[in-house]
Amino acid sequence: MRSILWRKFKDRSALLVITVLAFLPALPLFHILYGIFRLGLPAFSWSFFTHLPTPPGEPNGGVGNAIVGTLMLSMLASALAIPVGILSGVYLSEYARGRFGEVVRVAADVLQGVPSIVLGIVGYLWLVKPMGHFSALSGAVALSLMMLPVIVRSTEEILRMLPYTLREASLSLGVNYWRTVIKVLIPTGLVGITTGILVALSRIMGETAPLLFTAFGNPFWNFNPLQPVDALPLTVFKYAISPYQDWIRQAWGASAVLTLMVLGLNLISRILARRLSGDGK
Amino acid sequence: MGWGDPDRIFYRLCWGLSLGMVFLVIGIGITLFWGSLPSLKAFGWHFLVGRIWDPVNEKFGALPFLVGTLITSFGALILTLPFALSSGIFLAEYAPPRVADGLSTVIDLLAGIPSVIYGLWALFYLVPLVRWVEMKLGVIPFGLGLPTASLVLAVMILPYAASIIREVLRMVPHELKEAAYGLGATRWEVIRGVSIPYGLSGIVAGLLLSLGRALGETMAVTMVIGNRSEMPRSPWDLANTMASVIANEFTEASKDIHLSALIEIGLLLFLITLGVNILARIIILRLQVR
Repeated sequence: MRSILWRKFKDRSALLVITVLAFLPALPLFHILYGIFRLGLPAFSWSFFTHLPTPPGEPNGGVGNAIVGTLMLSMLASALAIPVGILSGVYLSEYARGRFGEVVRVAADVLQGVPSIVLGIVGYLWLVKPMGHFSALSGAVALSLMMLPVIVRSTEEILRMLPYTLREASLSLGVNYWRTVIKVLIPTGLVGITTGILVALSRIMGETAPLLFTAFGNPFWNFNPLQPVDALPLTVFKYAISPYQDWIRQAWGASAVLTLMVLGLNLISRILARRLSGDGK
Repeated sequence: MGWGDPDRIFYRLCWGLSLGMVFLVIGIGITLFWGSLPSLKAFGWHFLVGRIWDPVNEKFGALPFLVGTLITSFGALILTLPFALSSGIFLAEYAPPRVADGLSTVIDLLAGIPSVIYGLWALFYLVPLVRWVEMKLGVIPFGLGLPTASLVLAVMILPYAASIIREVLRMVPHELKEAAYGLGATRWEVIRGVSIPYGLSGIVAGLLLSLGRALGETMAVTMVIGNRSEMPRSPWDLANTMASVIANEFTEASKDIHLSALIEIGLLLFLITLGVNILARIIILRLQVR
């Protein structure tokens, strides 16, 4: 056994090294946020939010169509993923016994691990190719495939946490099981389920890869789900790799908008989650 | 209870949608396989070992992209390891609750930033940094390429690795640690001698899950890797990964065989990440059994 002084010295130096290394990852985060807001906020103006993109060099270009596109893609993807996700989550927590439940869980895990670019290919082969053109719908399908597993697993977890007495109380009053699920279980777990949905939403809002060959981008206003739309991440990508100063400035601006949206959702879901853990006990 | 019973209908609905999700996953695999059939037929095994990717002359070998993906992903994993491990240990063992809360929030936020924004940041801040280092070292100062891609990937996977390691270390039973303290061990000796060995398989699983993320990461890599479809000759070279070549060429592929070759790369990516994730799940499952 080494001397006690040496062991104490090792203990202290380990603490120091680990603490320093543990806090270093915060540096890139603050640097990224600093970059986004220092370079992005000055790009904000009325026309930046309301105008269409302009060719490089022409003033008053905006990302209005991309904001509309991102909202449209998010809503379409949610409309597809939320009902399926919640009901599958209900199945896993309320009905699944034995093998088949495991299969469904594995399927959700596999889906969650599929790289987003691969889901873009799938969206292309399922919708773009048969339809003959790019569309918001195909992008939303690719995004909903990303949302689905998150919603399924979070819904399952939340419903499982609910006490059995809740179900028994409802059933003993003569309420059907399905009504118990709809009227008692889902409302009780609503905060948690919503948190899961917001987490899923914040994840897909910033996704670019699945949209490259599905939603594709569109420099005009479009409200038709069957036509291509622009999205903020696509704008950031296109502008960032361009050689034009003005476009690069707008790329930072679009990043700032996107970051505010994503971190905003993140923050809301954190607050909800905190409320949940406060109420749950 | 017949088919008209609402309880039965509701059960069938939930069951059917769950079954639908299983078919969805199988469907993704079949779709990718179907799409890559022309390429599979034309190139067979040569696709995996071919070093030439030449869409103009219709020669397709994916080895450069496999190599590019492996170098950047493992590079990122090695770069991120000391930081992820330290963050995990710090959060689980050292940090007072308040500090742990703050740092966890920062790490979670890091995970929430979209990939394309990491790419933008890397393009304007990491590229000059790497170029400066390359000039000092006397290699060709591209700025872009394998080192930059590995760096940005390292930053991106750190939050996942760190939070999984934290969870694993928190699962270490207190009795074990207290027994070691009772024998007079220092804090560091408990971490090294008890916590890390106990959680080792969980830590490995966490790193595998992070690797799975790095393998499929597209946008940030595409923006800084230089997009050159040749075999990288040095660790400083420009390259392409499987994901980045799909992102770059998919919409520009005018020939069916080119598109099919890109879909086959997608299929490979799907299978590789599937394999890595399954391996991680198996390790986690064995952990839970214990």
